[in-house]
This record gives sequence, C-alpha cells and structure tokens, in this order.
Amino acid sequence: MNENRIHTEVTQWLGQHWDPNMDLITWRSLVADSGWGAPSWPADYYGKGMSPQDAAMVEQAFAEYGAVGAAQSGVRMLAAVTLLAHGSHEQKQKYLRGILTGEDQWCQLFSEPGSGSDLAGATTRADLRGDEWIVNGQKVWNTSAHHAQYGLLLARTDWDAPKHQGLTYFIINMEQPGVEVRQLAQMNGHASFNEVFMTDAVVNRDDLVGVEGGGWQCAMTTLANERRSFDRARDVGGRKARKGKIFSDLEEEFAIANEPYTWYPQRAGRVDLIMPRAVETGAINDPATRQDIARLHIMAECAKWTGDRAKAAAKAGKPQGPEGSLGKLAASNVARLASRVHTAISGNDAMLTGPDSPMDGTIAEILVSTPAISIAGGTDEIQKNIIAERVLGLPKEPRFDDGPFRDVRRNTGPAADGTN
Amino acid sequence: MTLVFTPDQDQFRDSIQRFLKDKMPTTEVRRLMATQRGFDDDLWQQASQQLALTGIHISEDLGGAGFGAIELAIACEEMGRSLFCGPYFSSAVLSAYALMLAADQDQQEQWLPGLASGDIRASLAITETATIWSAADIQTTANTSGDGQIRLTGSKHFVIDGQTADLLIVAAQSPSGVGLYLIESDAPGLSISPLNTMDPTRKMASLTMADVPAIELSRSPESLLSTLLSAACILLANEMVGGAQQLLQSSVEYTQLRYQFGRSIASFQAIKHRLADLLLDVELARSAAYQAAQTLADCGDLAQLSQAQQRQLTEHASLAKAAVSETYLKVALETIQLHGGIGFTWENDTHLWFKRAKASEVLFGTPAEHRERMLSAMTEAATKENAA
Repeated sequence: MNENRIHTEVTQWLGQHWDPNMDLITWRSLVADSGWGAPSWPADYYGKGMSPQDAAMVEQAFAEYGAVGAAQSGVRMLAAVTLLAHGSHEQKQKYLRGILTGEDQWCQLFSEPGSGSDLAGATTRADLRGDEWIVNGQKVWNTSAHHAQYGLLLARTDWDAPKHQGLTYFIINMEQPGVEVRQLAQMNGHASFNEVFMTDAVVNRDDLVGVEGGGWQCAMTTLANERRSFDRARDVGGRKARKGKIFSDLEEEFAIANEPYTWYPQRAGRVDLIMPRAVETGAINDPATRQDIARLHIMAECAKWTGDRAKAAAKAGKPQGPEGSLGKLAASNVARLASRVHTAISGNDAMLTGPDSPMDGTIAEILVSTPAISIAGGTDEIQKNIIAERVLGLPKEPRFDDGPFRDVRRNTGPAADGTN
Repeated sequence: MTLVFTPDQDQFRDSIQRFLKDKMPTTEVRRLMATQRGFDDDLWQQASQQLALTGIHISEDLGGAGFGAIELAIACEEMGRSLFCGPYFSSAVLSAYALMLAADQDQQEQWLPGLASGDIRASLAITETATIWSAADIQTTANTSGDGQIRLTGSKHFVIDGQTADLLIVAAQSPSGVGLYLIESDAPGLSISPLNTMDPTRKMASLTMADVPAIELSRSPESLLSTLLSAACILLANEMVGGAQQLLQSSVEYTQLRYQFGRSIASFQAIKHRLADLLLDVELARSAAYQAAQTLADCGDLAQLSQAQQRQLTEHASLAKAAVSETYLKVALETIQLHGGIGFTWENDTHLWFKRAKASEVLFGTPAEHRERMLSAMTEAATKENAA
C-alpha cells in the first residue's frame, strides 16, 4: 500500500470514529476491532498484515490526527509478541484484544531468587493434575505484577530433562487465591518490582503456550523484545495538554505505567547535570575535579558516538560490528563514573538525602540508584561473557549443568526441591 | 560524523591494508627500526606514488588526490596498525597541514606538490620544552637582518623524522608574534642531531639553529598553533586506534592458542572479561577518533575557522587524543600481561606497539593536558552562550 493511501484511509476512519470524550477503553475497543491498533499483526488477530514500514505510517497518521492508538505500555507488548509467535488460535483470540484495549495488564514471571543470570535454572514447578496445571514456587523482579491480570510464567514441568528442555511457558491468571504479590523495596526507597509467590496456583490446560518443554524458546522471544518495551514505556509521556476524557484516562494509565521508571534516569548517572552542578558549586574551578569531569564527558560522548555508529551501520545495511553489542556495558561504566563525579562535586552534601539534599533529592537518588544499572537486564559479568564469546569468539566456560536437571547442583529453597 | 564509511572508503582501506601486510610485516619493521634513517626509499616511493598516500588530502591542483581528513585518517589508522616505518606522519600529515594552514598560494604551489608526490620530505619543528604546543613555549627567534633575510636562532626538540627531512617547518617568534618558517636541511647554521627514542619506529631529532636563513610562511592565522595541534592530535588518534586494534587482535589470538591446566586460557573468565573490557575501550576510542576526523573534515579551510568551529575542533581533537592515547597504552600493557612472560621478551612483537603507545601518550601533550584543553574549550563555549 502506498504512503498516501494509508494516510488517507486512516484519516478517514478517524474522521468517522474519533471522539476524545469517549472513555479510553471504549475508544480502544473500536481501534482494536478495526485493525488500526496493530496493523502489522495478521488480519485474523486485530491487525491488517502490514509491513512494519506501513504500520509506522499508520502510527504517524494517528499522531498527526491527534488520536490515541492502542495501548502499548508495560509488558503487554511482550505478551503480544510471544503469543503471536507461539500461541494457539484460541489464545490469540482470547488475549490479544485486551492487550490492545488496555483492559488487561500483564507481567513477566521469569526470574527467581535462585536463578537470575542463569534464567533456565528456574525451579518454580507446574504439575498436571487432571485438566489443570498446579503451580508452586517464587518469582522475583516482576514489574507491575501488582496491577496485572495475567502473568507470563516460566515453570519447570520435567525434572528429568536437561535444564533448558524441562521448562514450559504458561499464561497465569494473577487474580486467584494461589497467587500472592508483594512489593519489593529497593535500597533507593522505590519499589518498582514485586515478588510473586505461587502456592497451588491454577493454570488452565489451554493456557500452556507453545508445547510442553518448549518454554525456553518462548521466553527467548519475550526477552528479545524486552528493550523495545522499555523504550515505549518511556516515550508515552508526550501527549499532555490534550482535552477530553480519553486524555485524562490516558494520563492516569501513563502515570501507573511509568511509576516504576521514575528513577531510571538517575540510575543512568545523569551526566547532563554534571556541568550545571559543577558551575553551581564552584567545583568547576578545582583542577582535580575538572579532570574527573573531563574523563566522564569523554566516556559519555564516546559511548553515545559508538551507539550512533551501530545504528548507522545497521541503516547502511552493513553487518553488525562489535559496536552494536557494547552499549549496556558502556552505560554501566558511564553511570558508575558519573556517580563518582557527582559525589566529588557535591562534597559533604553527598551525605544528605531527601529534600535537604542537592536538587531536591535528585543527586542523592543518583548516588543510591546507579548500582542497579550494572545488574538489571543482564549483569555486566553476563554482558562480558556474551561479548567475549559471541563477538570475540572466545571459547565457552566449561558447564556443569548438563544431564537431567534433577541432578544439577543449584540453590536450594522452599520450592526448589524437584523430588517433592 | 563518520558514522559509517562509504564503500569507496572501505575499498581504500582494504588496498592500504593489503599493501602494508605485504610490505611492512614486523620483520621489516624490526629491520628498519634498527637503521639510522628508519625507512626504505623504495617502499616510500611505492607508498607515495603507487598508492598516492602522501597526497591523499592535498587538493588535485597541488598534485594531491583531493580527498580529505577522513581518507587521511584511514591511511594513518592502517599505518598505526602495521607500525609503518617512514616519514608519513611528519611529512604528509604534520607538514602538509602546516603548509595548508600557513603558506600563501604561491608558497603552497611551490612546496605542496613535492610533499604530495613524496619527492620532498618535510618535518615540523614546534616543541622546545613543553609537551603541549603553545606560543609561550616558543623561544626560537626570527630576526630580519638589514638585507631583508630572515634568520632563525634557537633550538627545537622531538622533531619527528628531523634527521632525514629535506625541509623543516619551524615555529619562531618575531615582533609580530609566532609564525612558521621554512628552512632547508642543508642550510648554514643548522645542526640536526638524532635523539635516542624509546620507540625506534618513530625517529626524532633535535635542531640547533644559529642565524639560519629562513622563509616566512606568510599566512599566519590567529590560532595557528592551536589549529595545527588539533589536526596533529586527530590524525595521531586515528593512527593509535590502528595500533590498539592490532594489539587487541593479537591478545584474542594468543590467549586462544595458549593452553594451561588443560584448557585454553581464553576460556577463563578472568581472561574473557578483560578482553571484553578491552574491546569496549577500543571501540569507544575508535568512535572518538572517527568523530574527531569528521570534525576536521567538516572544517573546510583551516585558516578561516569561525570561533564555534575552532572550539568544536579543539574539543574533539583533545577528547580524541586523551581518550585514545590512554586506551592504546592500556591495551598495550594488558597485551603484555595476557601474553605472560613471552610478552616481555624482545622476540615477541608486543613491545613494538607498546613503545609506540608509550611515546604517543605524551607526544603533542599528555592526556591530562588534553582533558584540560577540552574542558576549557567547552566551558568557554558555555560562558559565551550564557552571556549571549
């Protein structure tokens, strides 16, 4: 379809249906059923089977018209991508619409206290009893689980298979007695994540995604799309100052969706605040601090340019070079150094927190949040393994986790005993 | 910025790489570094004329190939990778930029075609006592005698390839300030003595001048030394990236071949993580060098920079010099460590690059000096913006 025709068609449809005084869910139901909410999805499942380029034009036409599109924030798009790739016809029919309308919130139930970097070592178990899977175990780092209706669950269904082959992927209803969600307080005072305890929680047999024992492949699909969802969550704030019920509903949705992320900029070190703070405090006149500031500026600029190089190479159709795999590690280094330089600039004030501390607590939040960035979404150590093995082609570490998972040495915990 | 090289630029790099791989293996580097002159005339001629590398950035009407700073940076990177022995950096880079910056049209027509063809080898003599170039460091004087002849008196140090140059471009003070002057290597009153440098692949000399007849380069822009320093740092940064990449590659190869405790040492995380860190360092340094080369390319006529261009050039040049020289030295040290005992031997090639890295760390100013120079340019910009 050509650009103009798409634009005209979308604009016509919006002209007939758009009303900012509708409530958000009613409007998005129209959007979902029309196929304009997710035009790159198949026509059978709320889409129009368009190419990603054409779908982007639809999104642009919505934006130009000033109309709200389908819900995108949080984990819901990870659920959609995974279901589209691995889900049954019934699952797609049942769940995709609620994802697009925003009625249903989703969360991811992958990490466990005993398996973080080694995700495939999950020991939450699901046992088939009659037509139901009975789930026992504990998950952790579950963003938005306290708002979610559904969870994407990775659980062990076969303890005699090798570790990656004994996992199965499920959709679990979060609103049931066997599921308990507790917020997990962080060292920086925020509680962006949850712990989820499952005690004889029930999963309907129809809610097994893909095949039994095929959970790892499904989880890989989810994780491959993880970064994109964070980006989306961040750029949804740009639509304020619009009038109508839809927009007030939308603002409420954004506030909830973005709440876990308010400290993320501080986690990255806030390099943008270094110069203003150095001028404000007079630290800009101290030769030693100037060297620190310069080092940080150099590292941050180089990291930015390296990311730009990766994007430009991809755009020019060149094979991905090493520059494409280094962003996360570079970001950790920048955040760590930024925290040190902020401390040097603030001096005594670095000991304060809350409203009494510099910039109404922002500086304190940087100092106490940067340790997270080298852990979240894959530790620096795992990143270095990946770079060493996949980019530099170095040999893999010897492994000790082949054979039946039952026999693999692992962390022990309440739900970890496979012989139970 | 140069986010990505064009297919032509990739091809250009390939051809230099092939040439240097063939002509400048480390056996040849070792042979040439042990000689007094430090380079091979036949090879110099091939590089200059067959590959036209000496005139790559000089305009076509002056005998060059008419490309720009990006292509020159590619040539420097590849030469840094192979430790090319020859007066390329001194003549084609430093001296050509000095002439493009300070010589008038007639002088450019007189000298640049010779530099472009490689038939004339020139060296740039700025440094006296300080590491970083500044007008305050220039004590050499240019006096005009009664007959109108300009004569230079003073001494210069760390003149790259000074002992083999046909032509020397010398910074000196005259009543109107610091300018650049040309002297010929056989001029009366000039004595050139080679220095014993730690890095024998890059020869250096001292000059002593007593009333040496000189020609003044008549176009002397206000920020002459600063602009020249920026260009020098940017091309050196690109040269260093090539060396750092070569060292990283040799570490990656060697640690995989080396077996201890029944396994390749590259399978130990203690080694893998260090190599991953080095890769990150090298890629960040590469971005700095490439960005700086693009900034230089975007400047156009270096003698007519706006203040904003001047600041940007200073910032990016010093950023690149500080970032890449620290990375180069770090990779060199780590490469020795990752090779173990063999890495400290004369027989192993690592020390060749280590010495180039060590020399490049201080050449044209230390990393700390360049961090300060960068930050000064940035804060100057910020102050001006606030005032406006």
